[in-house]
Amino acid sequence: MEVLIYLVPLALALGLLGLGGFLWSLKTGQYDDLEGAAWRAVMDDDAQGPGPEEGRK
Amino acid sequence: MAEIRDLSHFVHHLDGGLARMELAVDGIVCGACMRVIEGGLAAIPDITLARVNLSNRRVAVEWRDGKVDPVRLIDRLSELGYRAYPYDASRAAADVEQETRKLLRCLGVAAFAAMNIMLLSVAVWSGNASDISPEQRDFFHWLSALIALPAAAYAGRPFFHSALRAVATRRLNMDVPISIGVLLALGMSVIETSQHATHAYFDSALMLLAFLLAGRTLEQAMRRRTRAVAGNLAALRAETATRFIGPDELAVVPVASIRPGDIVLVRPGERIAVDGVVTEGRSEVDQSLVTGETLPISASKGSMVYAGTLNLSGTLRVKVSVAERGTLLDEVTRILDHALEARTHYVRLADRAARLYAPLVHATAFTTMIGWIAFGATLHDAIITAIAVLIITCPCALGLAVPAVQVVASGSLFRAGVLLNSGEGIERLAGVDTILFDKTGTLTLPEPEVINAADLPADRLVLAGRLALASRHPLAAAVARAARAKAPLAAVEEPGQGVRCECEGVELRLGRPSFCGVECAAQSFDADPEASAIAFAYGGERYVLAVRQRLRGDAAEVIAKLKRGGFRIEILSGDRASAVAHAAHMLGVEHWHAGMTPADKIVRIAALQSQGRNVLMVGDGLNDAPSLAAADASLSVATAAHLAQAAADAIFLGDRLTPVTAAIAIARRARQLMRENLLLAIAYNAVAVPIAIFGFASPLVAALAMSSSSILVTVNALRAKPREPDRWKS
Repeated sequence: MEVLIYLVPLALALGLLGLGGFLWSLKTGQYDDLEGAAWRAVMDDDAQGPGPEEGRK
Repeated sequence: MAEIRDLSHFVHHLDGGLARMELAVDGIVCGACMRVIEGGLAAIPDITLARVNLSNRRVAVEWRDGKVDPVRLIDRLSELGYRAYPYDASRAAADVEQETRKLLRCLGVAAFAAMNIMLLSVAVWSGNASDISPEQRDFFHWLSALIALPAAAYAGRPFFHSALRAVATRRLNMDVPISIGVLLALGMSVIETSQHATHAYFDSALMLLAFLLAGRTLEQAMRRRTRAVAGNLAALRAETATRFIGPDELAVVPVASIRPGDIVLVRPGERIAVDGVVTEGRSEVDQSLVTGETLPISASKGSMVYAGTLNLSGTLRVKVSVAERGTLLDEVTRILDHALEARTHYVRLADRAARLYAPLVHATAFTTMIGWIAFGATLHDAIITAIAVLIITCPCALGLAVPAVQVVASGSLFRAGVLLNSGEGIERLAGVDTILFDKTGTLTLPEPEVINAADLPADRLVLAGRLALASRHPLAAAVARAARAKAPLAAVEEPGQGVRCECEGVELRLGRPSFCGVECAAQSFDADPEASAIAFAYGGERYVLAVRQRLRGDAAEVIAKLKRGGFRIEILSGDRASAVAHAAHMLGVEHWHAGMTPADKIVRIAALQSQGRNVLMVGDGLNDAPSLAAADASLSVATAAHLAQAAADAIFLGDRLTPVTAAIAIARRARQLMRENLLLAIAYNAVAVPIAIFGFASPLVAALAMSSSSILVTVNALRAKPREPDRWKS
């Protein structure tokens, strides 16, 4: 059972890491526009992509 | 006269020499629009950020302060094919955003803590069944306490605060039993752990918080969406005024920045944004949005004009008497507040459940304790069992039962073209049996239409339409729409008369019948007293066009359907009796009232309510706002006055009346599901409570019972979605 000595802190650290990640994503506004995020995921290029005129090659 | 658009009211200055503005954009529908807008704006030099928010149809733009004229952003968007309006983030909207984030943070903390404690609990449960030593179990329990206590202190705040507020005002809400349950579970677990007991309920307490916070977050998400829509509608209404900033220098400014004493210019066809006295000019003013009366009144120097009315024929200079809060508006607002106050007596389904529920469970827990002592158990065991009863009855499923249905139903309503203003609006809509319609703008389309366009040869109609584009008069606008005219003719406007021009050597005139040389046109519309006449002259040829407000295309069908459904239908209008009678006859409505003031409408609603009827009011004008608030439930049109929209439970979009029936159908189905969910939650308690009373409620049983009942009500709520998804149609 000595394995607990490092498994327990490891489990706690991983839990905190997950929580930290969630709070970070919340703070950076990643839940502000869920609909838009769904579309951005399937767009070919990044947000600073070409304008409408030069969009089609 | 020079004229500038002043948008400084909407621009926020950020640190680092940046400026920021939010725009509500009309016509964003999908990801492709997002890309066009962001790409198109980013192409302007000195713009550092352009980001579309698809959920609330807004775009946030940041630029180097002073380098870009904000007007250019709107022009650029209109080049791209989108109408954009500066959006003024109100205090209320910011509060909703903040509240959403707070709830999500609490939910995150509670959920992560619950998961980690469950990890430890599963180890204890399996250890209890095999070979865990008491020291190891204590260690795991203390570890659980280490996670649970701070997490509950943080994530439980929304419930604790609300429970304290309720107790302070001697009321009872659902948060009171929740808080008691959570605190008792945690307190008992700490004491039990210190006495090396087998069972601790840290996992139950945190899981309970996580499930309940999920319910709250869903409710908040719905509120946020409806707020966003309402905010955009307000921005789209473009509440601006043209103010004199010099003897002949004009600026278009938001109404919020107008002060009493300012002089504003109101052109023909513009809506008057302020209350004031006419200092120069002569015109006719359409007050239908304010009073429901469709016949225009005349205004000249010294007359009082009111915010929300439409200037028809001439240019006016108006000295602002009261900005924003006008005498007439004030009067309406006062009645409105009064009516809204009355409506808060409505008790939500969930609150009614809570009032029954809290005394019941506390009595059960207390009886359990007494019972165990009577049968010879120790005080310690009796208290433990009583607390287990409280934990297992804690309203996990009850907390999700209503919000989960509300969210799914508001999504269905959204797709049907109905935007919900308040969550409990669904419940109120479901209960109505009497429907009162306003006429002008509700049963009729908000904009008048030409009814005899076929009387003109097609090529004459096109010319009339192109000529009409040169005028801003609403009647001319109707002619332009009827002809689907795009290219205006270069014409001269004769104030109060009409427009004229020369086209290929022929003189064209559009305007008053007398202006076009038609003298006795009025007789031809005897059969139709509501129609206004506008004449068109092509050289020697004369035509008279009749323009009137037309009933919504599906109004008769919707009314017939509602009557078949057993609803009592009435029309309450501020308009003249002849006009109302005509509309009522066309629609087959037997009960109608004309010439009603806002106060009359409220009296009628109260009379119906005293007969035990549940009244739904459907209206659009400022004059309807108080009655919208006084009725049991209310719907308003997207083109309605701002105040009317604020007072309504829901707003519907488009030219059709069908959303009214759809809204009632969806609301009824949602209420049915809410009741089912509450029944499911009660059934769950009927099973779980005896287990707890007889002392078999181990933490494992509590965890299984809680999560299964919560999942059950959530899955049931999903049935509020329509069977065939039609989300791509809109």
